[in-house]
Amino acid sequence: MAQAFDSVASARLPVVRQMMAGAVAAGLLALGAAPAMAQDRDPAYAAARAAGQVGELPTGYLGTVGSVPAPVARLVEDLNIKRKSVYAQHAKEQGTTIEAYAFTSGCLQIAKTAPGEKYMGTDGQWHVRGKDKPMRDARCPE
Amino acid sequence: MISAKSRSCFSDLMKVSSGRRLGSAMVLMAGSCLVAGCITLNAPDKPIVIELNIKIEQDVVYKLAPDVQQTVAQNKDIF
Repeated sequence: MAQAFDSVASARLPVVRQMMAGAVAAGLLALGAAPAMAQDRDPAYAAARAAGQVGELPTGYLGTVGSVPAPVARLVEDLNIKRKSVYAQHAKEQGTTIEAYAFTSGCLQIAKTAPGEKYMGTDGQWHVRGKDKPMRDARCPE
Repeated sequence: MISAKSRSCFSDLMKVSSGRRLGSAMVLMAGSCLVAGCITLNAPDKPIVIELNIKIEQDVVYKLAPDVQQTVAQNKDIF
């Protein structure tokens, strides 16, 4: 499943790890199980993002914009718990705090928002991503 | 000289205070102008400390960014 990584990540991955990932994915496919990683977004989540009901926060988590239907709120809660779990695991590996790891992710998530999606700016307001660079914290990397 | 001091005090006051605190700050500043003069009312060195904090955290963010990018790529479903 090497094609599942984006080009930036695959460029950083050592060849050996890519081969291992491919072997694991092939093994899982042979057993009839779906690969655990690099799945695409849940359609309900993708729809909520596109509808502007869900936006990216500078903290690295998702937020609901205004009042949203209960299923959307539950979806956001669930995704944030999963995000925190992933952040916690990697923060420990990197010897940093969950907050610092999550904040770095927030920088990247806001930078990656597609035009029309929402993010919270440094002013605490929701913004719709346009063609220009988003309003991010001064500490965010380019 | 007194009037010159008062004026510089007032300009400091305008920079520092805002909103409801204006009134109480004015009284405080007026008092300190009369008693101690305005030279002691320099801007505190706090902003410098804040800048240092930002720099340290920025280093951390830059250091973490490549790993975060990889993590996100491996968990596309939740990002």
